[in-house]
Amino acid sequence: MSQQVSDSGVLLNLQGISKSFPGCLANDNIDLQIREGQIHALLGQNGAGKSTLVKIIYGILQADAGTLHWRGEEVRIDNPGVARARGIAMVFQHFSLFESLSVIENIAIGLRGSGSSGKPTAQLRNRIHDVSSRYGLPLELDRPVYTLSVGEKQRIEIVRCLLQSPKLLVMDEPTSVLTPQEVATLFETLRKLAAEGTAILYISHKLDEIRALCSRATILRNGRKVAVADPATESSESLAAMMIGETATVLSHDNSNSGSTDKGRPRLSVNNLSLSDGDSQGVALQDVSFDVHAGEILGIAGVAGNGQDELMLALSGETRITPAAAITLHHESGLQAIAQSSPQERRTMGLCVVPEERLGHAAVPDMPLYENALLTAFKRMSLSRAGWISKAASHEFARQIIEKYQVVCRDSDATAASLSGGNLQKFVVGREIEQHPDVLVIAQPTWGVDAGAATTIRRALLTLAQAGAAVLVISQDLDELLQISDRVVAICGGRMSATYPAASLDASTIGILMGGGELPSSGLTT
Amino acid sequence: MNAEMLLLTALTIITAATPLVYAAIGELVVEKSGVLNLGVEGMMLGGAVSSFALLHLTGNAYFGILGGAFAGIFLAGIFAVLTLGLQASQVATGLALTIFGTGLTALLGKSLVGVGHSGLQKLPIPFLSDLPVLGRLLFQQDVLVYGSFLIVPLVAWFLYRTSAGLTLRSVGDSHDAAHALGINVLRWRLLATLFGGACAGVAGAYLSLAYTPMWVENMTAGRGWIALALVVFATWRPGRMMFGAYLFGAISILQLHGQAWGIRVPSQLMSMLPYLATIMVLVVISRDRGKIRKHAPQSIGKSFYPTT
Repeated sequence: MSQQVSDSGVLLNLQGISKSFPGCLANDNIDLQIREGQIHALLGQNGAGKSTLVKIIYGILQADAGTLHWRGEEVRIDNPGVARARGIAMVFQHFSLFESLSVIENIAIGLRGSGSSGKPTAQLRNRIHDVSSRYGLPLELDRPVYTLSVGEKQRIEIVRCLLQSPKLLVMDEPTSVLTPQEVATLFETLRKLAAEGTAILYISHKLDEIRALCSRATILRNGRKVAVADPATESSESLAAMMIGETATVLSHDNSNSGSTDKGRPRLSVNNLSLSDGDSQGVALQDVSFDVHAGEILGIAGVAGNGQDELMLALSGETRITPAAAITLHHESGLQAIAQSSPQERRTMGLCVVPEERLGHAAVPDMPLYENALLTAFKRMSLSRAGWISKAASHEFARQIIEKYQVVCRDSDATAASLSGGNLQKFVVGREIEQHPDVLVIAQPTWGVDAGAATTIRRALLTLAQAGAAVLVISQDLDELLQISDRVVAICGGRMSATYPAASLDASTIGILMGGGELPSSGLTT
Repeated sequence: MNAEMLLLTALTIITAATPLVYAAIGELVVEKSGVLNLGVEGMMLGGAVSSFALLHLTGNAYFGILGGAFAGIFLAGIFAVLTLGLQASQVATGLALTIFGTGLTALLGKSLVGVGHSGLQKLPIPFLSDLPVLGRLLFQQDVLVYGSFLIVPLVAWFLYRTSAGLTLRSVGDSHDAAHALGINVLRWRLLATLFGGACAGVAGAYLSLAYTPMWVENMTAGRGWIALALVVFATWRPGRMMFGAYLFGAISILQLHGQAWGIRVPSQLMSMLPYLATIMVLVVISRDRGKIRKHAPQSIGKSFYPTT
């Protein structure tokens, strides 16, 4: 390969990178050039090959073909240790924290070999404190990681990378779990880092963010580089069009009128639900009350770790609550107190749930899709009779979901773990919606999911609500909540704010509610 | 029962606990790195026969100890090649290692059966050994007993106070995350497995050099399994493991002395006690999920496939 690209300022230059997996060409002849101090966006839908490319840069995977130049010099990055020695740091979306170790131990071990002793010393404690307060990323250093929420875990990752003072920082959707105020702080940080000469490779599905932050964007589709653009001169629509390959359909949902009037009778009521923080590692829920009406979507906003997990477990039946009347379902025949019922009993009564973690909680990774479909739907869809599983009916149900929600997979025999995040999410959401629940509770419906899949899922939720079901969405994605909800409520420290019509709110007013503040005009509450 | 008898009982409890301490602390490190080696019993037998053979050949028990450690390392090496190199199932390979060790040692040790030697020398520590009671109990022992007092705090210090120990625990917690940080997962697991082998070998050496200085076929009599149970009993914590080793040692001694003291408990029941205790502890700790999450190595027994 020639050296014509070794002009000054180019930090990383990828040429002709190809990588194939059995049955799929993940990267096909991709070129990518990142300059020092540049914030470079990598855009693409799930399965477009972004993760593969980033893993090759970070040395987790090896390219089948192509060259990698670091500051004009051809290099091989055989493993992440080599990448880190070169000054490449990465904020992962998944699986790079040690669950049973404490926050500070996780950070200490992440700093090995970069001038740190790799031990949780008092000096490290001070450095973390400096970074986390400077960038507004609070951390409780001695808590074991398994007790933290996804958002808090991501904060650890970001702080860990910032402590390494990297030359190239790879960020895989870092903002999906932050409030707008925190995003603003993070952007300030990133701009400052870039001004100091750090290059940033920024992966996100949020086109507005990319336009606000990045000076260059490489767009991938189906494993190929389709365009390099200047995001500032492009519109969100034109970027989305390059990414999806067709004109993106914008989801239209008129919620300007809704909220002030109830769409229907209440379907799900939570009445003064309180829950102590049993093992002192969670958040206590305090006197939580709300109704979800037939035909509406109620959105619960909040920064990760403010009681959403606990509320979700109480609603799904994984935590039982006394008294049983703390959660009630409304049927034609009357009220049904369900706070003591099991998840399966609740499903039978019409309450279906999609938890936040799709792999391991919503779906069993090593089981095929038809068995995963069977697991929550066997009662409502009569997929088993007298204890015998009907394999044919399960396959049929799974195929129906795959077809209707455009799940990209081999067939209904593919294991859940073999699907990309967005496709598995479409499958688990479809699995619950196709059971036609009266009430659907869903947490982070589109977390880490590409724009195309997110649109499919949101449209499915809207359709479900239009058909008369009550839908409760717990999400940290404010744009999503504002787009699909009829009413929005915020949770902070285990307490609920007042409920507001979504049309009366914007990102900054929700931000205030998420921080536990109150809005001055009280006339809007319903 | 008088004071002298109590002292003698205490001394025998130390003797019974020492091989458990070695075997269990080795396995604890192995499991902390995410490897489950069920071959402890086999490695102990390997250590026992090798150390006794070396004692027989050289007349020096210290060569015997070294020989025992290397035999353990050799057997653990076979296990490592199969499970870490070739990604064989750890459970099946570990069981096979025990069966293999039992058979191989019976074959190799045929000519050693019935041979007698004076075992490991006691090494009284000057001054300290003159203390009343404590002196006889703790400071008139052989080198392996002294070693067993030291190895547990050393391992605890290593695991929880050094960066290498943190790395080892991280590999056991999530090998994917460790790999992503540039940690050489297989190398750490190999080192831990070999350390576990050495410890099991020394545990076996203690049996054939000090506990009963001779070689008898299958002389470990299930102690390797007790060591495995101990690690779980202790929820992977070295301090508790030490306590557990002495508790189980005491139970096995009581079972011998019980009849002499006129306690009429069937000896089979006493032999069951270590396992019963482990099951009870498992039931009790499983009620506290937080503790398990915090101390149990999450990726134990799982094969690591780099770059997938």
